[in-house]
Amino acid sequence: MAPVIANTDPDVLLRIEGVSKVFDGVVKAVDNVSLSVSKGEIFALVGSSGCGKSTLLRMLAGFETPTSGRIYLSGQDITDLTPYQRPVNMMFQSYALFPHLSVWDNVAFGLRRDGLRKAELAERVDAMLSLVQLSKYGKRKPHQLSGGQQQRVALARSLAKRPTLLLLDEPLGALDKKLRETTQFELVNIIEQVGVTCVLVTHDQEEAMTMASHIAVMDEGYFLQVGTPDEVYEMPNSRLVASFIGNVNIFEGKVDEDEPDHITVRCPECTHYVGHGISGVPGMNVGVALRPEKIQLSAQQPNKAHNWCEGEVVEIAYFGAHTTYHIKLNTGMNLKVQQANLTRKTADDLTWGDRVFAHWSRDAMVVLTE
Amino acid sequence: MKNLFGRSLFGRTWLIAVFIFLYIPIVTLVVYSFNDSRLSTAWTGFTFKWYVDAAHDRELIDGLIISLKLAFMSATLSVIFGTFTAFVLVRYGRFKGRGMLASMANAPLVMPDVIVGISLLLMLVAMQKWLGFPERGIGTILLGHALIGTSFATVVIMSRLREIDHHLEEAAMDLGCKPFQVFALVTLPLIAAALVSAFLLTFTLSFDDVVIAAFLSGPGSTTLPLVIFSRARLGLDPSINAVATVIIVVVSIGVIASSLYQLRAGRRRQREVAEAYAQVKN
Repeated sequence: MAPVIANTDPDVLLRIEGVSKVFDGVVKAVDNVSLSVSKGEIFALVGSSGCGKSTLLRMLAGFETPTSGRIYLSGQDITDLTPYQRPVNMMFQSYALFPHLSVWDNVAFGLRRDGLRKAELAERVDAMLSLVQLSKYGKRKPHQLSGGQQQRVALARSLAKRPTLLLLDEPLGALDKKLRETTQFELVNIIEQVGVTCVLVTHDQEEAMTMASHIAVMDEGYFLQVGTPDEVYEMPNSRLVASFIGNVNIFEGKVDEDEPDHITVRCPECTHYVGHGISGVPGMNVGVALRPEKIQLSAQQPNKAHNWCEGEVVEIAYFGAHTTYHIKLNTGMNLKVQQANLTRKTADDLTWGDRVFAHWSRDAMVVLTE
Repeated sequence: MKNLFGRSLFGRTWLIAVFIFLYIPIVTLVVYSFNDSRLSTAWTGFTFKWYVDAAHDRELIDGLIISLKLAFMSATLSVIFGTFTAFVLVRYGRFKGRGMLASMANAPLVMPDVIVGISLLLMLVAMQKWLGFPERGIGTILLGHALIGTSFATVVIMSRLREIDHHLEEAAMDLGCKPFQVFALVTLPLIAAALVSAFLLTFTLSFDDVVIAAFLSGPGSTTLPLVIFSRARLGLDPSINAVATVIIVVVSIGVIASSLYQLRAGRRRQREVAEAYAQVKN
């Protein structure tokens, strides 16, 4: 393999260059992945289980060695370093707190390996515990803490050595739903306070979007798309990304009219007038992705030529803040529509079997060529 | 099941029958250690004289000391070898010869003691003929006991090692531990309880073994079970009952104390977990 020269861009902290991991000579868990992460950012790897995101994270931690490719941290090649030689620390999904040690000793564990002087050690452990608001719990054993507190100890322990790179494996995966939301913000606050660069792995796209500044969507060892949360959500580059990140309706059709500022796509359900151009040709097969919350419902037929269709309400899921309707169109396609509940529920609301018109604006859709 | 065996007349009778079956012999032995008569057929009065006799019986005391030493050494060796074997089998994944090692490590569990004893004896005789050592004695019995004990210790420690969250060891490495430090600082404390169980189990195995000791003992290495066994053939001496009673009392106290401790520790842990969660809700 030709020698790869590390990028010297000072903003780039982590560079992954053409990394692959093959298990048992056949299973390609990670397939030629390249990536750079800037200093101080929170980067999320998202994907369903088995997409290779955990393997990639474990290669960053040093628990797995890449079959090919190199990993650079602050310009230094760390590919062949052992976990204990890397300035990288990881917070495990199961927290992996040492059950035989107190909270204080758990946090001190990594610092003790560095042979710190007693006074400095105590100072740094105390500072970490107060950062995660557990100063009073130092003497307790992990089993004497609630799930949320255990998570904070795990965070304090992984931050104690002031790692250059922090890895989070499903950081909120073991918490119940209610706790997740508050913990999510706490976690981001602490990470930003410390200013550490962070790579996190999650299967929960909402978690990735709220926490991370950049997201990589993974599938079968590849990166499908890398971008900011709104880029990935509003401008997905493929049907796979569109359907993995959030809910989506995808219309299949052919490009009819192709202009620089707009295109029209003829689908069996309706004709779409899309307010952006594409790099394609008329007659090409494309998908039109339309998010459920970008659709309006009305009882009257809309007064326009494009971007509406008619159907029957077949399913209603009431969530309190919003309601999701499934509208069965004439072609048999099931259109998901999400409506904010702006007023209190009344008897006049839509109900099962109602005929409705669904319509949307020219900027609601994105055309997918892949 | 609870109704069938716990409450019904049949269940209770069965339970009592089992207890009688298990404990009548032991109770008899304890009772007769206080019997004034030399014969175990008649009760003639209460006495402590067999205890006094036993305390002055050099052969018995020496046997006891040898047995204790032997059991201690054998248990120590078994736990050390067992820990390494278990660690290799559980943590090193698949390697060439793993299946072989796993079955070889288990073989002495099912092998009759007689066979282990006789095969070791044949080997030792051959060695002595060609090499001139080892002389049969405590060392050779220790060899036999450690061989069997290692198998038992391996099984006990393996089951505990399998339970441990592998991420704990990874976390330690991530925080800067070299592999040996991971073992010493994380793995070892977590399997400590299993090491103690394995030690007690192999200690007992060695302490009450007659068969292997009979094959491998030499002059000056007559263990307590061998002393008792040889005397029993000449008609039981009640001072042996006395020694046995002392052993039973010591063992019972140990067992009761440790189960009480475990029960308390378990309850305390449950309470603490409940408190941790209750506190968050308030």
